[in-house]
Amino acid sequence: MTTQDTSNNSTGFTTKLHLDKHISRRFNEELEQVRTLVMNMGVLVEQQVNDGLTAVLNADADLAAIVIERDQEVNAMELEIDEYCTQILARRQPAASDLRLIVSVIKSITDLERMGDEAVKFGKNAIKLAKGNFAEEEGARPLVELKHLGKHVSEILHNSLIAYAQMDVEAAYNIIKNDEVIDEEFDNISRLLVTKMMENPREIKNALRVTWCARALERIGDHTTNLCEYIVYLVEGKDVRHGNTKRMNTKFNS
Amino acid sequence: MNNLNIEQLELTETVGNIYADDAKMSIRNANVYYGDKQAIHDVSLDFAKNQVTALIGPSGCGKSTFLRCLNRMNDTIDICRVTGQLMLDDEDIYAKDLDPVLLRARVGMVFQKPNPFPKSIYDNVAYGARIHGLTNNKAELDEIVETSLQKAGLFNEVKDRLKDPGTGLSGGQQQRLCIARTIAVSPEVILMDEPASALDPIATAIIEELIDELKEKYTIAIVTHSMQQAARVSQHTAYFHMGQLVEMGKTEDIFTRPSHKLTENYITGRFG
Repeated sequence: MTTQDTSNNSTGFTTKLHLDKHISRRFNEELEQVRTLVMNMGVLVEQQVNDGLTAVLNADADLAAIVIERDQEVNAMELEIDEYCTQILARRQPAASDLRLIVSVIKSITDLERMGDEAVKFGKNAIKLAKGNFAEEEGARPLVELKHLGKHVSEILHNSLIAYAQMDVEAAYNIIKNDEVIDEEFDNISRLLVTKMMENPREIKNALRVTWCARALERIGDHTTNLCEYIVYLVEGKDVRHGNTKRMNTKFNS
Repeated sequence: MNNLNIEQLELTETVGNIYADDAKMSIRNANVYYGDKQAIHDVSLDFAKNQVTALIGPSGCGKSTFLRCLNRMNDTIDICRVTGQLMLDDEDIYAKDLDPVLLRARVGMVFQKPNPFPKSIYDNVAYGARIHGLTNNKAELDEIVETSLQKAGLFNEVKDRLKDPGTGLSGGQQQRLCIARTIAVSPEVILMDEPASALDPIATAIIEELIDELKEKYTIAIVTHSMQQAARVSQHTAYFHMGQLVEMGKTEDIFTRPSHKLTENYITGRFG
């Protein structure tokens, strides 16, 4: 019986959920493998989001094409992990924390895949923006704002993946709480772009493209929040989706 | 904030909820001793009326011993001693003036291995009704045999051969015959000690389906080694460990978010 890991940070996934403590060594390995696959997918999605954003900001059509092409890999990983989880459900009938792990993985990869799709939107808009000269002229200010929002979203995505790897519930709660900040930043960019469009109707097309990119970032932020909610569910067995925290607390303490 | 008590490994008292709104049986501070050895330590729990309560835990954890206390099956073991308050409705089942034979008609039992009497199918089911004098004539007895076999989901399979020996049936049919024999005396509670562990998956599924139907009329307590079975058939689950009741709660919670680390380790197949 181990009681050594009571701290929340740097203990990692395996020790926190005792993934290495099953009587069946093969089962340990399977759960470890699922975790590795999800982390790999997370790393790939993070790269997609960052590259897609860079492509938009630099009007880099080549990088954009790579991002669009690479989305196939993200999709393939979703299918692979889905199948792997189905196999574990069928063959192991996991319960309690093992069950919560599999359920949270199945949900997480859906959100990761959607983030991948948002990255593709960056790619497509980047290629169109690259054909114009929005970056040099009218669009400079919105792009600075977009870069700012992008940096923020990329940061919380990175943090949520680390929280996932370390089963860090505190970090997850913090990210969930701070989702509003991103929504506010998105509203600011929207307002700015609407003003631009009114000032210079010739740039409406390009301004809309930047709007869609900002919208994609905001969506990625939402998916990141979902990831963090799955972390809470996995570790604490609580469903905190849709502002559910209070209700679940009451239920569990009764 | 963390309700799972992940690191709680030492048992102090039962976690979860041992109380039922509508309790058919109420056990308080039950202790069972075999000579000097204590097999059950201070167990308290309710069995909710018309619901299935599963008792789970590793071999030797005391779940079968506990189950057998509920209709005084342990009386036959000389060195076995039971203390505490064990109530069926408002009656103390260990009261001096209570006849264990009558108690066992009210609290029936089904065992791991089907154990039909070496008699005909008909006589197996009619046996209890006869010794308890529940019927006045042959027609009434026929009626009891038929309805009991029907409730046990066996009638259609055996109606043309009621005179054949019960031991000639398949394992799953024998077990359903034993269930029919149990319900023929109109019990209030049915205790089941691993009723499906000697059966194949199809026969097991039929028994589980039957348990689900029987709970409409009876209160059921089932000991099982199959956690999936407990998860499938029960509404409440009690986890025993080394003679103690570690955790009790709704089955839906126990199998997705158990509160005690020992429960978690057991149902997920961990050592520790």
